Order: sequence, then C-alpha cells, then structure tokens
Amino acid sequence: MKKENSVLKPLLGYAKPYKGLWCLSLIFSVITVAATLYAPILIGNAVDEIVGKGDVDLRALGFILVKLGITALVTGASQWLMLLCTNRLTYKVVARLREELYQKLHRLPLSYIDSHPHGDIISRIITDTEQISDGLLMGFAQLFTGICTIFGTLIFMMTISVKIALAVVLITPLSLFVARFISRNTFRLFAEQSKVRGELTSLVEEMTGNSKTVVAFGYEQRAEERFEHLNQQLNTIGVKATFFSSLTNPSTRFVNGLVYTTVGIIGAFAVIGGGFSVGRLTSFLTYANQYTKPFNEISGVITELQSALASAARVFGLLALKEEEPDSKGAIVLESADGTVDIDSVYFSYDPKVRLIEGFDLHVKSGSRIAIVGPTGCGKTTVINLLMRFYDPDSGEIRISGVPVRDCTRESMRRQWGMVLQETWLKTGTVRENIAYGKPDATDGEIIAAAKAAHCHSFIKRLPEGYDTVISDGFASVSQGQKQLLCIARVMLSLPPMLILDEATSSIDTMTEIRIQRAFEKMMKGRTSFIIAHRLSTIRNADVIIVMRDGHIVEQGSHEQLLAKDGFYASLYNSQFEQDNA
Amino acid sequence: MLRLFRYLKNYKKQSIIGPLFKLIEACFELAVPLVMAGMIDVGIKNSDTSYIARTAVILVVLGVLGLACALTAQFFAAKASLGFATALRRDLFAHINKLSYKQIDKIGSHTLVTRMTSDVNTVQTGVNMLLRLFLRSPFIVLGSVIMAFTVSVKLTLIFLMMTPVLGFIIWFIMHITTPRFGDIQKQVDRTNLLTSETLTGARVIRAFSRQENETKEFDAQNDLLCSRQLAAGRISALMNPLTCIVVNLAIIAVLYFGGRSVNIGGLTQGEVIALVNYLNQILLALMAMTILVTSLTRMQACASRINAVFDIEPSITDGSESPVECDKTAPAVEFKNVSFSYHADDDPELMDISFSVKRGETLGIIGATGSGKSTLMNLIPRFYDTDSGAVLVDGVDVRDYPLKQLRKKIGIVPQKAVLFKGTVRENLRFRDESATDGEILGALEIAQAKDFVMKKPDGLDTVIQREGRNLSGGQRQRLTIARALIGSPEMLILDDSASALDLATDAALRRAIAEKTEGLTVFIVSQRVSSVRRCDRIIVLDDGRVAGLGTHSELLSGCEVYQEICRSQESTEEAAG
Repeated sequence: MKKENSVLKPLLGYAKPYKGLWCLSLIFSVITVAATLYAPILIGNAVDEIVGKGDVDLRALGFILVKLGITALVTGASQWLMLLCTNRLTYKVVARLREELYQKLHRLPLSYIDSHPHGDIISRIITDTEQISDGLLMGFAQLFTGICTIFGTLIFMMTISVKIALAVVLITPLSLFVARFISRNTFRLFAEQSKVRGELTSLVEEMTGNSKTVVAFGYEQRAEERFEHLNQQLNTIGVKATFFSSLTNPSTRFVNGLVYTTVGIIGAFAVIGGGFSVGRLTSFLTYANQYTKPFNEISGVITELQSALASAARVFGLLALKEEEPDSKGAIVLESADGTVDIDSVYFSYDPKVRLIEGFDLHVKSGSRIAIVGPTGCGKTTVINLLMRFYDPDSGEIRISGVPVRDCTRESMRRQWGMVLQETWLKTGTVRENIAYGKPDATDGEIIAAAKAAHCHSFIKRLPEGYDTVISDGFASVSQGQKQLLCIARVMLSLPPMLILDEATSSIDTMTEIRIQRAFEKMMKGRTSFIIAHRLSTIRNADVIIVMRDGHIVEQGSHEQLLAKDGFYASLYNSQFEQDNA
Repeated sequence: MLRLFRYLKNYKKQSIIGPLFKLIEACFELAVPLVMAGMIDVGIKNSDTSYIARTAVILVVLGVLGLACALTAQFFAAKASLGFATALRRDLFAHINKLSYKQIDKIGSHTLVTRMTSDVNTVQTGVNMLLRLFLRSPFIVLGSVIMAFTVSVKLTLIFLMMTPVLGFIIWFIMHITTPRFGDIQKQVDRTNLLTSETLTGARVIRAFSRQENETKEFDAQNDLLCSRQLAAGRISALMNPLTCIVVNLAIIAVLYFGGRSVNIGGLTQGEVIALVNYLNQILLALMAMTILVTSLTRMQACASRINAVFDIEPSITDGSESPVECDKTAPAVEFKNVSFSYHADDDPELMDISFSVKRGETLGIIGATGSGKSTLMNLIPRFYDTDSGAVLVDGVDVRDYPLKQLRKKIGIVPQKAVLFKGTVRENLRFRDESATDGEILGALEIAQAKDFVMKKPDGLDTVIQREGRNLSGGQRQRLTIARALIGSPEMLILDDSASALDLATDAALRRAIAEKTEGLTVFIVSQRVSSVRRCDRIIVLDDGRVAGLGTHSELLSGCEVYQEICRSQESTEEAAG
C-alpha cells in the first residue's frame, strides 16, 4: 500500500500542469451525470401523462419528449467532451513521462547502459508507459462520472429517506474495503508480471536483434526453449494476476447486492410499520442501484489501475536512477583546445574487485601522435573511455589544455575530440544525415568533400538513392568496412582539434586505408591524436608509442627508441615477424 | 483477427466455460428485481414478515451463486486468454527464427520486437475481455427484444429499426479507427527504434554532443504518437455518447407512439413502462459492448500486424526433410557461376563467380572494402540465396540441404563479434549444448583466448554482459572464434574476424588453426596480405568478380589487383616479412 502511494503521488504530479483539463473533465462529468439522472424523472413525468384510454395529453407529452430529446443530446455531447478531456489529459501526461524517460537515457552514466539489458529499459519506456495510459484513461473517465453519480444519487436518496440513505452510505464503503484488500495483493502480482515481461522483452531483443548469429549457429531451437521457459513463467504469473485482479468486480458487486437487499428489507419493514410508501421504496431501490453502480465500475478499472501502478513503479524506478555527475557549477566551456593532454596518476577499474588502470601518467604535447599498443585486453579502450569522460577515473586527474576535464562542460570537452570506434554505429536515416551527424548544418559540398576524403563517395553514389539512401545498423548492402568509412567521414566533416581512432580502420582494405591515412595525415597536422591500431604502419609513424600491459604503461618512446631498448615492444614486434616468416 | 483464434483451440473448454458462467451470472442478476418485486407485491401487501425474511435469504443466496459463477468465469477467461497469448508468442518467435536474413533486413528487427511484446499484449487483453463479455451483452439485448415482442409487436418495430442504426455506428467507428490504431502501433515502433538506437549509440551520441538533437527528434516522434492517439481517441470516444443518444431517441419514440396507442386504448400505462425498462436494459448492455468494441478495434490493428509477420513465408527453408547424402569425394565447397545482389535494383554484389575448395584446404579471400568478400561467405551457410548459379557443399546444392545439417558443418565467425548475456561457457556452447569443458578449453586455446579467460577469477563461469561490454574488442573476437570451433565443424569461416587482434595474436591464431585442426576446411577473409599469404590458395575479389585465384607466389606474379594490394602493404613492411 505504501508502495502504491509512493507511485501515485509522482504520477499525479505529472498531471498537475493540466489543471484546466481536470476542471473541464469535472464540469462535463457533472453535466453528464445531472442529465443522466434527470432523464428518468422526465420519463416518469411522460409516463404520468399516459394515464389510460382517452386520457393522454398529447401536447403535454410532446413537450416533455422534446425536453427528453434535448437532455439526451446534452448527455451525449457532454459525455463526448468529457472523454476528449480525459483522453487529452492521459496521453499528454504519458507523452511527458516518456519524454522524460528518454531524456534520462542521455543523463545516465554509460556504466548503467553498458551493464543493463536494453530490452528491459526499452520495455519501461514503451510498454510500461502504454500500460499507464491505459490504466489512467479508464481510471479518469470512470472516476469522474463515478464520483458525480455517487453524490447525485446520494442527494436524491436523502430527499426520500434520510434513515435508509444513511444505512446505504454506511454499508457501501465495505465494497471499497474489499476492493482495497484485493488490490493490495494484486499489486504484487502485477509488479512480478511486469518484471517477467521485461525479462522476456530482453530475451526477444537479444535473440531477434541478433537473429543472424542465432541462425548461423543453429541456436533457434534452444532460443525457443529459453523463450518458452520465460513465456510459461509469464503465463503462470499472468493467469494469477489477471484472475486475482478480476476478483474485485464480482466481489464488490456481491457486496452491493447485500446493500440492495438491506435497503429492500429495511424499506419493507418501514412500509409495514407505516410512514413509507411502496412507490417511494421502488424509486429508492432504483437510486440505490444507481448509487452502487459507480463502485462496481471503479472496482472494475482497478485491474487496469493496478497494472498501471506496477508499470509506474518501474518507470519511476528508472527515473530515480543516479545520473551522471552533472557538470560542475560554473564549468568552463572549452572553446578551442590547444592539444595538450595530461594524465596524472589515474586509477580506474570497472569492477572494484578487478584492478585495471593503476597510476597512469601521460603528458602529451600539442600536435603529437600517440599510438597505444599492447596485448588485447590491456586497457587500451579504457583509456579512451576516460579521455572522453565516458567514465570518470576513481582517482587522479585528466587535463585538456591544462584544464581538468572535470571542470569543463562535458559537451564542450567532447566537441574537442573526433572519435572513430571499431564498432560502427550508424543511425537509421539517410547517408547524408549520418555523415552530417556531428555538424547538422553542413552544406552538401562539405558533406561530399568529407565523403571523398573518407573514400566513400564512390560507393555511396552506387547506392539506390545515393546520399539519400536510408541506411541503418543492420543494413546489409553496406559492408562493415564501408560503415567504418562512413564513420570516418562523419569525423572528417566536423574536424575537431583532437582525434581518437580506436581500431578505426580495422575492417578497411589496406589500399583504401593508406589513402585514408593520408587524409588523416593532412587532417592530423597540428592535431593531437590517439591511435589504437594493430598495423605497424600506423604505429611506426607515431611520435610516441605507449606500450601497455595489464593496465600499466610499461614502455614509452618512438618506434626506433623502443626497438633499441629491446623490451616488451620489441618482443611484440619481433614475434610478429618471426611468425610471419615461419 | 479470426485467424488468430486458432490459438484458442487448446483452450476450447475454458473458452466455453468462461462465457457460459458469465451468462448464468447474468441470469441470477436479472432474477434479483423479480424477487424484489415479489417481496413488494406479496410480502408488503400482506404484511408477511416471514415472507420478507425468506426473500432476504433468497437474495443473499442469489448473490453468493452469482459471485461463484463470476469467479469461475473470470478464472477460465484468464486461463484461456493467457494460454492464447502464450501459444501465439511461442509461434511468432519460432516463425521469426525461420525468416531469412533478407526478410529480417527488410522488416527490421525493432518492429519484430514490438510485435512480439506490445501487440501480443493488446490482443491478449482483447481476448480476455471478449471471453468475459461477448455472450453477456448480446444475450441481454436479445432477451429484452423478445420480452418487448410479447408486450407489443408494433412498438417493438422501433427496437428493430434502432438495431441497424446502432450497427452502422459501431461499424463506422471501427472502420475509421482500425487503421488509426495501426498508425499508432507504427509510431510505437518508431519510438522504440529511437530508444534502442540511443542505447546502442550512447557513446557516439555523447561524443558528438548530440543529446539535444536526439531528444528533439524523439520529442517530435513522441508528440506525433500522442497526437495520433488523440485522433483515434476522439473518434472512438463517440461510440458511447452516440449509442446513448440513439437509445434515448428510441425511448422518446416508444413514449410518443405508446402514448398515442394508449390514448386509443391499444396499450396500458404499465406496458409502456415495461417497454421503456427493456430499452434501458438494452442501453446498459450496449454500453458494455462499446467498451468491448473499442478494445476489439485496437486488438484488430495489433492482430493484423502480427498476421503480417506470419504472412511472411520464410524464403529460405529446408531443402529436404531428411538429411541428404554427402559426397565425400566432391570438393568441400564449390561455387558455380554465382551472381547475387541484395536488392533487385542494386548493382550486383557478386558476378559470375566460380571456384572450388578441396577438403582440408585453406582459402584466403582478399579484396577491397565492399568487393563482396563477406557476401561470398554468407552464401555458403545459405544465409542468402543466389540470384543465379549454385553453391555446392560436399557435392550437394545448399538449397537441397536441411538447413540444420548444412549449418552444422560450418563454424562461422562474423565480422561483428556478437556475444550474448550469460557465462563464457554458455556462450561457447551456443552451437553444441553438450560440449564438455575439455572441448571448450581446447577451442579457447586455438582461439588464443584460454589465457585471458582462465585469468579471470570465475574462469569459464565469468558472466558476459550484454553484447560483451565487459570485454575488449579483441577478447570478444577471440571468444567468437572459439565459439565457432565447438561442435566439430567441417569448415571454418573467419570473416575478417582477426581485425581486432594484435599482430602477434593473429599470427598465433593462424598457426594454431593450421596445426590443431586437421582436415578442417578454412576460409580466411582479410584485408591483410599477411593473414592470407600462407593459405593454400587465395581468391582475389575485385568489385564482385574473381580477379585472381592461386597461391601467394602465383598471384604475385600473375594478378594485377593482388600485386597492387601487396604493394600497398609492402610499403608498410607488413607483407614483406
């Protein structure tokens, strides 16, 4: 129960800005309910005009019927308007929620995104918000008319018999109590259902997203088995959640039946005792029925509400996550970096139990080219995570242009870097949009020049729609190497003062690579660049080669110096030639 | 939609019992006013207190029975609808796994994910509601009409006239909103895609500081989603008020014509009241129906999206049911005049390629970026079908194989190192669940991955995070190589899969493969001459055609494209060694 409230409050907070809509919905519900309750009176009046043969005042009847017609139209119109308001209220609230969730993604630390199943995060943003809107939509619509109907009928009942009305008022909360009792238990079931659903979505994301690998290894059957396992789990919990939640409506209806009976019995004895007429008892019973109906309806939507609340808990769970440490107040906007990079005794590890980078020191002069080499897994890519401030070091400091990166705004700091990673990422969109990703206002001329420099102009021209071809990560007509070329063009266009190339040309053939190398050479003149590569050609020409091993820098110097030193680098270098000569 | 109902087949009993009990409950409910009327007519009129007490007991019993029936109905409806969704999801997932690469490229995996989750959920909710309500409302409507007939045949005509009008309204609203609900789901797909890309591209987005633009784009799509929901909502919200107005008009007509009839002595006051009451009952039943109809409309839109997936006939299916006989004397792989393009209107990716590879041979494939190397390799496990020509494995056309038999022969290491959530051991057992630790360690050793795996505190039980985030690129690649070696494949395809390895590791890997895998046919796709020069033969691709085929030294003297590639690498000393 506590949990429900903790979710309900922020949810209502999101509805706060739409006070106008709240008021309108309430006004229209009042009109709807008033008109709905007025209609039976009119019908009663009409019936009173139809007394018997030759005793029907057709003119008076016609007049009442016109009134009834107008009432019906007013009911219909106001009901529609009320629904429009609640629709608007709900969808706007949920759209805002979704927007905030999305923005949250950009503020989450990368460590969270790296280590959590994407399917689950997506499920929170898409499916859970949908559940919330379904629940709220029905909840709002029923709640408004329900409350109005309860008050309306209560007034009518009071006018007939205060005593019986009080009896009704005292008994009905029982149904709310029952509903409450059931819903408290179903909340848990729904939360569990959402969790299993999230797991299922994750699996679908992973298996369907990588279906090519799944198929290649004939893993389909086992994927289906794993899927079926979760699917069955979802079934079990789903049946429970659906069943238990649907208990509310029949149970409250049962309680209401008891109310109806009680009214009938008290009324009957009242009539026998005198002072109460059969006619009044009849209309009282009608109103008692009207009065309890909204309780049924409200308890009916509790199912939806429960499911919505469980989803809301997941949504707010994501929103409450710790964000990336925000830029410090008065953070410096780095205008144009001079190209010096200083790393001072940096310690870092992803997992506190596994030490990785320890006491890392590096001082880079402006315009120099740094190659980082070392056996796979020695921490090269981690250096980039730190340089780009995707992760913050545990201790120590990194400075660009003499300014500690912690004191710069992330945006201005990252703008100084151009980054090409081994793992290509392209956005679903046209080739043009992808190349201009870092500089959306680039002209066509600039885009084509960058594409030419990255040697992708010729293959782009051969695509069905040239620069306007829509591509995505899974787009098969563009090879892995060509994707890498597009990523290079993306950086060539924005021309930042410093570069990070992490295996940027690993999938590109050597002839193209050499040409790109030349283009980079031109580009890198006067630019500081960090290069991770396995090809000695790239490494040999570097000003400084940093040799890493298990998170430490073991050697540092130019190619010739390092060879002369005959240390780890020399052994790496020579082992290559030995084997190639073997 | 109707097509999907076959998934209720296994829940026939539940699908019948659910609505049936709902019906019985309705009967009990309808009986309550009658019992109450009896109490008023008999009990009060005769001041019979014991009669009143008896009535009270009957009412409570009716209530209890109604509750029991309702619970039974809800239980079976839940059982049936959840069972329905479970079976549907299972089939859909299995169906998606049968689709070919080309079909998945075309439809996009993100929309498949929404269809598997969000669309199936909506259909499930719809079925549940359908099972609980579809008998009840029509039953009450029909019953009321029949009762009205017994009162006055003439006035019941008003009831009958009302029916087509209501039918039209319901049809019209469904007709307009169904495509709109489809649009909404499409928009859900789009927001889903954006979210998913934001997660995978988090580094690039942050590096280019594009968060604001991405957010703007998401907001635009999100707003569009919201406005589409509102547009559909505007129309579906008409259903209830319109029904209400029509029924009230019918009441007015009944009162008017009833009044005239009473005036000339055709009807009595009581009969008019009864007719009005029946109309009111119909109205209540219809109100419940409209909720059902709205839900059905949404369900319809989602169902058609699900059916659209089922409608995609898997284009690549088993060539035969039973394993085919392989010719062990034939070449391991043979390409015969193969041409291929990804899209009909694209330039062909491969043109008239013919060559064959002997069992145990190592074939290098080299060529410029985009020359068709990976495409060539994708044709061997039949990820794509050729446009013309044939690919033969062990003398049998790949199209004649059961896919499982064909793909079991091939260990493939794709360019993009994809790993799955789970332990190292689970990932390596991807092809062969029964692989022993011994086999796994052997494969890891060949793939040069044993050291780093065993150095981890948990060894083979090290948990790999999503997409292998907790490993470096080279580590991931070596694990995918080890994965391909497990399950004793007959051939191994390394699709430029050593690109993230440092040179020493790459060389050690090639040496280990050559030494420790007797009889394995190996394909090495690479950019580096050094990686392929020691292959038995090398095929040189240039813009989708074979530019040369032979040993390193043969090509060096006879193939211009190869010479050019070597020259470009000689200057870097890499090929020289």
